[in-house]
Amino acid sequence: MRLETTDALNRLRDESQRLIEVRAQARIEPWEQQMGSIPEDSGAEKAESIPECSGVEKTESIPGGVGVEDTESVPQNAGEKNKEEVEDQDKDKDKDKDREEPAPEGAGGAAPEERAKREMTVLVCGGTGCQASDSEEIIARMRKELAARQMQDRVRVVKTGCFGFCEKGPIMEIHPDDVFYIEVSPDDVPAIVEEHLIQGRYLERLLYVNPVNGERLERNLPFYHRQLRIALRHCGLIAPEDVKEYIALGGYQALAKALFQMKPSEVIAEIRASGLRGRGGGGFSTGLKWELMSRAEGGQRYIICNADEGDPGAFMDRSILEGDPNSVLEGMALAGYAVGATHGFIYIRAEYPLAVHRLQTAIRQATGYGLLGERILGSDFCFGIEIKYGAGAFVCGEETALIHSIEGGRGEPSVKPPYPAQEGLWGKPTCVNNVETLANVPIIIERGADWYAEIGTEKSKGTKVFALAGKVNNVGLVEVPMGTTLREIIFDIGGGVKKGKRFKAAQTGGPSGGCIPAQCLDTPIDYESLLGIGSMMGSGGLIVLDEDDCMVNVAKFYLEFTVDESCGRCTACRVGTKRLHEILSRITEGKGELEDLDRLTELGGIIKDASLCGLGQSAPNPVLSTLKYFRDEYVAHIVERHCPAGVCEALARYTITEKCIGCTVCAKNCPVSCIAGSPKKQHVIDQERCIRCGTCQAKCPVDAIVRK
Amino acid sequence: MSQSEPGQMTQQAEIPDGGVNRQFALLDEFVASLPYKKENLIAILHRAQEIFGSLPEEVQMHIAYLLDIPAAKVYGVVSFYSFFTMKARGRHVVNVCTGTACFVRGAAKIQLEVEKQLGIKTGETTEDGLFTLESLRCVGACGLAPVLVIDGKVYGKVEVGQVKEILGEYREK
Repeated sequence: MRLETTDALNRLRDESQRLIEVRAQARIEPWEQQMGSIPEDSGAEKAESIPECSGVEKTESIPGGVGVEDTESVPQNAGEKNKEEVEDQDKDKDKDKDREEPAPEGAGGAAPEERAKREMTVLVCGGTGCQASDSEEIIARMRKELAARQMQDRVRVVKTGCFGFCEKGPIMEIHPDDVFYIEVSPDDVPAIVEEHLIQGRYLERLLYVNPVNGERLERNLPFYHRQLRIALRHCGLIAPEDVKEYIALGGYQALAKALFQMKPSEVIAEIRASGLRGRGGGGFSTGLKWELMSRAEGGQRYIICNADEGDPGAFMDRSILEGDPNSVLEGMALAGYAVGATHGFIYIRAEYPLAVHRLQTAIRQATGYGLLGERILGSDFCFGIEIKYGAGAFVCGEETALIHSIEGGRGEPSVKPPYPAQEGLWGKPTCVNNVETLANVPIIIERGADWYAEIGTEKSKGTKVFALAGKVNNVGLVEVPMGTTLREIIFDIGGGVKKGKRFKAAQTGGPSGGCIPAQCLDTPIDYESLLGIGSMMGSGGLIVLDEDDCMVNVAKFYLEFTVDESCGRCTACRVGTKRLHEILSRITEGKGELEDLDRLTELGGIIKDASLCGLGQSAPNPVLSTLKYFRDEYVAHIVERHCPAGVCEALARYTITEKCIGCTVCAKNCPVSCIAGSPKKQHVIDQERCIRCGTCQAKCPVDAIVRK
Repeated sequence: MSQSEPGQMTQQAEIPDGGVNRQFALLDEFVASLPYKKENLIAILHRAQEIFGSLPEEVQMHIAYLLDIPAAKVYGVVSFYSFFTMKARGRHVVNVCTGTACFVRGAAKIQLEVEKQLGIKTGETTEDGLFTLESLRCVGACGLAPVLVIDGKVYGKVEVGQVKEILGEYREK
């Protein structure tokens, strides 16, 4: 069925309401609810000084940063609608109260016969992470159990995209109760059906336990408190494989608005005014990019969505594509309308089969409804989207390399200028935008630039999605307003460092970024501040490192990556990264000398200056930033021949702790007989003679030997 | 448009009546279905690897012939992208994720253990042709780090002690 007019789109939206009705009561406008929940003091906290963190321009750049508390920040034109929503929310709150009285029996207040009639929706996360933990099986079991009880008509099971709280997956959310279950296994399904769906009793054991007070929470998890989900607005809320759910929540309304009420130049002006910047890492103004494109000569032009998320440890683009593919398609169509392109490509990694599948489905459905393709919504605008696959090359995230890859060649970058906006794909003007950037576009057009520009810092507007991973309690996807501090992200949202260990550094920006030490935790994050402290936003990977991580080894890890991924075109990058890696290897093997540190700095500078593309220009960052903040660790490796974190095999020290029972097993097994001590007394290792083979540690029956 | 879908690429496509000619016929059919050819070289290589399991010289030559481009160009592309391989893979492809999240949560130990269990280094195939061991950078399941992927199935929060058992499942298959 093709939608020939905006009215037809509106009718479909209204008809589709029934799909999301049950969820709507709890979470229909998630970002507004969340905007209301950001504590007022968060801005003030940040304005404190940043201790000894060189190169940062303090916090002037975040006036009003996250202070977008109340509904005033919503633009006037949405005012009326908003009032209703607020009332609705209030109603919901009352409902919540009613429900919660006889806790934990959420819906227990309702009479049994009423309970048996309730329409319910069960959302199950179908992201890559949760699917790896059997969420597909959970869905299948759920459907089977429901069918066996003839409940399939009143309980809808919906496979959604990523909820973001990957640490605790698989995630399940039940509506209208708005109950959030974590770590659900297929074997829990019968109990969920029996207890919750039939009896209305929540399953205590599947609720999240607040680590602060041990309280079990049905909703409002601290993980989501400081988040503001705009790019992720539909992830974990709608079924990504049903465009009608997206339409029911106002999807493609922005496109309709642009097509019938705005000139292309007005769309560009709106995006420019919003302050949206490229989320792929560079941070170039999206509106300006579009403007340059619209001025380019030549008829045919292209939009490319860069979904080649190569930064290892970043998975926000994948999650958006898996959880809300239509928002990206709509963003692309809007970009196409703005710059006068009729054709778009999505360049996606072959490692993301699920995202590819969801995209194909979304393109098929959207085209079927006439929301893509010829004469969209009956207008004169035509826009088609084609998927192109990457084949495992990190450098293809660079726009000129990406273009060459789409053309079917080797993904080597080329000199800019000419910029793609002048001469891109097949020599035509081309606009390359990142997935997250595009996902922000429809909501900006829908709500207006002013609304968006209220969020964030002076120069970096809006929100940024971070993939929080590594040694942090709550691994997952986190979307926060620009200007939020690392401390808030890692400790308030992320729940702090795993196993109570000491925080050492946060790595942002992947192989192009740097390591940020503890003294910079209070830096408000935006494009400029991260550059100021020797790192970069990158695509938003955020890896937490603790006391057990060796910073030299981390730098070596990233260099190994760039050595692998350097396309080989520029000598500085091809040979330079290899030399950097060799020096780092030498240091971790205990063969370094102090002069090596100067060599690293000098060579790093040369590679930055002499490389053509972003890969080479940023490749030395992991080395330079660790050298800057963790020089003492390098020195310990070289001078003391000691790896303080105990990671580097050749420099590790084995010591026997007081746990030793004096069983003599270690001494008997030591191949160089360097362990001394009498029976039943604590033994000692002679560090001079120890060859660090680790035999003693392996043989010790009481784990009394540690490597540090 | 019918394009090859990556994902199952590590396994050979089901070929009912077998035979090399049939494989080439499948490839020809795919190429013929494309609206434009040369620009689709990467998609064609994806499909070819799906059909043949790898991209040996004769397959590359054939593609060069079909698209009327130099074989050197095809080879240049094949050798550039890590996804393409010229060596035949084993029946099961084992991948240890070496992305950053997995790295800081001990992927190196898992990789060593897999190498020990299979008796091969990363990038090699066991003599019986059962396993090929590769490493990949991030499947995006960082919440489950460290991650092991076998034939597309993701094993999360893997411990060294589990590796033998996991591989064992595939030895029997």
